[in-house]
Amino acid sequence: MSVQYSSDELMDYDEVMERFDVVLGLEVHVELGTRSKMWCGCSTEFGGEPNTHTCPVCLGLPGSLPVVNKKAVESAIRIGLSLGCEIAPWCRFARKQYFYPDMPKNYQISQYDEPIAFDGLVELEVDGTGYEVPIERAHMEEDAGKSLHVGGATGRIQGSDHSLMDYNRAGVPLVEIVTKPIRGTGTKGPQVARAYMAHLRDMVRALGVSQGRMEQGQLRCDANVSLMPKGTTELGTRTETKNVNSLRSVEAALQYEICRQGAVLAGGGRVKQETRMWNEAGGFTTAGRSKEQAEDYRYFPEPDLVPIAPSREWIEQLRAGLPEMPAVKRARLQSEWSFSDLEMRDVNGTEGALDLIESTVAAGCAPAAARKWWLTELARAANERGVLLEDLPIAPAQVAEVQRLVEAGTINDKLARTVLEAVLAGEGSPERIVEERGLAVVSDEGALSAAVDAAIEANPDVAEKIRGGKTQAAGALIGAVMKRMGGRADARRVRELIIAKLS
Amino acid sequence: MNRDICTATALELGRRIRTGELTSVETTRAFLDRIEAVEPAVHAFLSVDGERALAQAAAIDALVAAGDPLPSPLAGVPVAVKDLLCYEGLPTTAASRMLEGWVPPYNSTVVQRLLDAGLVILGKTNLDEFATGSSTESSAFGPTHNPWDLDRVPGGSGGGSAAALAAFETPLAIGTDTGGSIRQPASMTGTVGVKPTYGAVSRFGIIAMASSLDQAGPCARTVADAAALHAVIAGHDPADSTSLDEPVPDVVAAADSADVAGMRIGVVAQLGGEGYAAGVEQRFGESVELLRAAGAEIVEVSCPHFTQALATYYLIMPSELSSNLARYDAMRYGLRVGDDGTNSAEAVMRLSRGAGFGAELKRRIILGTYALSAGYYDAYYGSAQKMRTLIARDFAAAFEQVDVLVSPVAPTTAFKLGERVGDPLAMYAGDLCTLPANLAGVAAGSFPAGLAPEDGLPVGFQVMAPVLGDDRVYRVGAALEGLAGTADLCGQVPDLPVEGSGEAAK
Amino acid sequence: MALTPQDVSRLAELARIELTPAELAEIAPQLDVILEAVASVGQVADQDIPPSSHAVPLTNVMRDDERRDSWPAEAMLRGAPAQGQQRFRVPRIIDDSDAG
Repeated sequence: MSVQYSSDELMDYDEVMERFDVVLGLEVHVELGTRSKMWCGCSTEFGGEPNTHTCPVCLGLPGSLPVVNKKAVESAIRIGLSLGCEIAPWCRFARKQYFYPDMPKNYQISQYDEPIAFDGLVELEVDGTGYEVPIERAHMEEDAGKSLHVGGATGRIQGSDHSLMDYNRAGVPLVEIVTKPIRGTGTKGPQVARAYMAHLRDMVRALGVSQGRMEQGQLRCDANVSLMPKGTTELGTRTETKNVNSLRSVEAALQYEICRQGAVLAGGGRVKQETRMWNEAGGFTTAGRSKEQAEDYRYFPEPDLVPIAPSREWIEQLRAGLPEMPAVKRARLQSEWSFSDLEMRDVNGTEGALDLIESTVAAGCAPAAARKWWLTELARAANERGVLLEDLPIAPAQVAEVQRLVEAGTINDKLARTVLEAVLAGEGSPERIVEERGLAVVSDEGALSAAVDAAIEANPDVAEKIRGGKTQAAGALIGAVMKRMGGRADARRVRELIIAKLS
Repeated sequence: MNRDICTATALELGRRIRTGELTSVETTRAFLDRIEAVEPAVHAFLSVDGERALAQAAAIDALVAAGDPLPSPLAGVPVAVKDLLCYEGLPTTAASRMLEGWVPPYNSTVVQRLLDAGLVILGKTNLDEFATGSSTESSAFGPTHNPWDLDRVPGGSGGGSAAALAAFETPLAIGTDTGGSIRQPASMTGTVGVKPTYGAVSRFGIIAMASSLDQAGPCARTVADAAALHAVIAGHDPADSTSLDEPVPDVVAAADSADVAGMRIGVVAQLGGEGYAAGVEQRFGESVELLRAAGAEIVEVSCPHFTQALATYYLIMPSELSSNLARYDAMRYGLRVGDDGTNSAEAVMRLSRGAGFGAELKRRIILGTYALSAGYYDAYYGSAQKMRTLIARDFAAAFEQVDVLVSPVAPTTAFKLGERVGDPLAMYAGDLCTLPANLAGVAAGSFPAGLAPEDGLPVGFQVMAPVLGDDRVYRVGAALEGLAGTADLCGQVPDLPVEGSGEAAK
Repeated sequence: MALTPQDVSRLAELARIELTPAELAEIAPQLDVILEAVASVGQVADQDIPPSSHAVPLTNVMRDDERRDSWPAEAMLRGAPAQGQQRFRVPRIIDDSDAG
């Protein structure tokens, strides 16, 4: 792919913060993990050969009709309840009409002025400060197909010669969550947006309605931002940035747009109301379609579907079945695990860490040790591989097993790292790795004693210091013993031997 | 024409096939011959599926020969299907260039039920393009001619199904009715056509025109035949969200009983008078008197908002139509024009739709696009929906007083081909009696009331009943059929010019 | 209110229908006549009447989340005007997507 550069002028972020207030608006699409599509029985599974998850209904063939997936409605209500929304006692679907080849009917079945859930609130914490994200609505709709652009620059729509359409995604259920304007975020706007996305991701996972994997498009964010000069109250012109596919890029894209808009306004210019695309590789946004002329979607109630009127009993039943919400869960686990705020912040700041630590603890590991392994050794491994923690080929139970081996004195911390690496390399269970690689620490006192003697003999100065009472110098001798033993010694026992021999 | 077969009722054919007096293959062949002979003059069919029809017929004959039970009283009886219903393996065109040659990969629920009941599908009948019209003249493949007078229209949009019945090309047909497309052609051809309660017959697999108004129903020459066909196609379908999960009213028993004694019948004050042809008024009045004489109580009922039905309909229908027809964009199926390697997808959509849709369709799509567009929604579509509520309330109030409502089906008898083509409003005005039933979703049927004295053309009598009161429609229709003696009205259809295998004119 | 050929042209663009100048000139006055004839429904625009979007009131018609076999891709592609790589081939797309 050719690398693109941006020629946008940017204002320094701190300077923007001094001169402007930021107003954010986030539109998030959650792809629901139902078994079947929104209107038909076709599979929602990701991937699959092109057009193999299609039927007359999701291809919009003449005469076909949609029938609502009850699980999708249930998921939308549960999402609404988790966002603190009211649930509409009666609502309809509506057709949003525009022509585009990825949309088989040339209208998207969505909801217009009667969303299933509305008026919610999400409370977040960023760097110890609380923020509120007011929720406008959550509504149900359907996904579109995927296009493959042929000719022109690789895979780009611009300059392509023709496109090839795969409708496997067409009709997959979505819930769109729209915030009201988010104000009062001070200098933390982009971080609040990121925290909000992380919250939604954790929430949909806790609900089990979606895996919430941003890189697979299961959670998509359109980030709106506008600036208004400090002291004014009139909303500025906003831009909407699309293609924001990770937590990091939500923050980065907003920060970029804020700096870009700041420069435009400071230069006496006018921010154009437009859609912008986030360029992940380049770390900048580019202008998309101008939205100066409002689209005329010609919404009207979908006559092929009847209204949804969730009964009080149904809603209360769904409410009663809601899982513990992420923030509540985090607070509970922090207290159960006796983590400091600082320790907990690291856990919360690492995608997937909380659940992995929880599972590791459940497998018998001490919380501090579980935290240590996941946030140091394994976080590094995930980073190197460019994957999420949860995608590492190691199970929480295996991490717990490694820690058990450490606590039993079978291996030391250093050997434990070797074992973890071997597990990641697919060598099998920790126990087997220890056995096959002969990694267990040497407990043969004779061999150990001989190694200590040799080390004392080779380092007479150090030995003298220790004899003189400077036991902290023992470290140098321990290192020497370890070297002789190929690392396979229990450092504590070595230390004991050294002190005993030199006192 | 094999009179013995072609002029028999469907139920009679079914009985003879069941008892072995007649084979389904013979029956089917007789109709296929008749089609071949008169089609050049009538043009009721867009496609004929002879080979498969004969195979279906042979399968029924095999059941009879083996002494196995038949799936329905109409097993082995041929039927023609409006070319708006998907039937696997046969082109389904909606009489539009846009879908010329498109073969659906699946069956509509109605077609599936016909097949499951052992009916033999002869082919697909002509209609106004995408069912948008009242004369079958907007068919991209040429108009259908009214067998009563080949210079006249058979009504529309289901003119093909109605004309095929009147020309004895089929004993049964399926129609669809969005604003009168079953009833008005029935009226103009002296046949029977019923628009069931909205939701009684599945819309799945029927090319949508206006989703909240469309309803498929039976077409036949006798009330009992129509009822038998109704019983085959009606019933809940989970594939159609608007399908009613309720028992189908016993329309067959109602048609059998034909008893109106003690029934309260309301004559709609707003549907008659000025603008109605003398012969239409006369036959309507006589029919009412016959029903009164048979023991029905006749009352005049006012439905004040029916006068707004035309305006309401001509906003709701184009709006839904414009949306339903958006999918015909040349991307996944259908006509594609202008794909020369330089035109964009958007341009190809525009060119294909420009070339694939006829004038009336374009007019309605643009009207619907306008009615739904920002700034006009409240004045047009939104208001039409409120008016729709008022029309439904008129029905509700009327059905507090009476069991059924009656009116003429159309203000005139069949008009001349070409007479109203350039004048959309005159064409639309012909629908004003039939529209209220679609807007309110109630059941309604058209039954022959005889011929208008001034032109000798058939006049229809409309019976409307509440939601799921379809049986009442048949009860009254059957009573009138008996009283007016119209069961074999089509026997008076003049001889048609025939072509081909030396078959004698009827 | 009279619809000009320009208005009709804009509507035709929204509806993705290519109209010839002759068609534009013909349709505009026809639509005017029709709009005049249907304008009477506007009398209830401000009245508090529940609008009917459906003929028969039903609610909560839903299906269980059960997977059913999809159709063979070739059956779905059979009617396609053009295809390639088991996909529907369409002319180049002008980038004005706003999915979602």
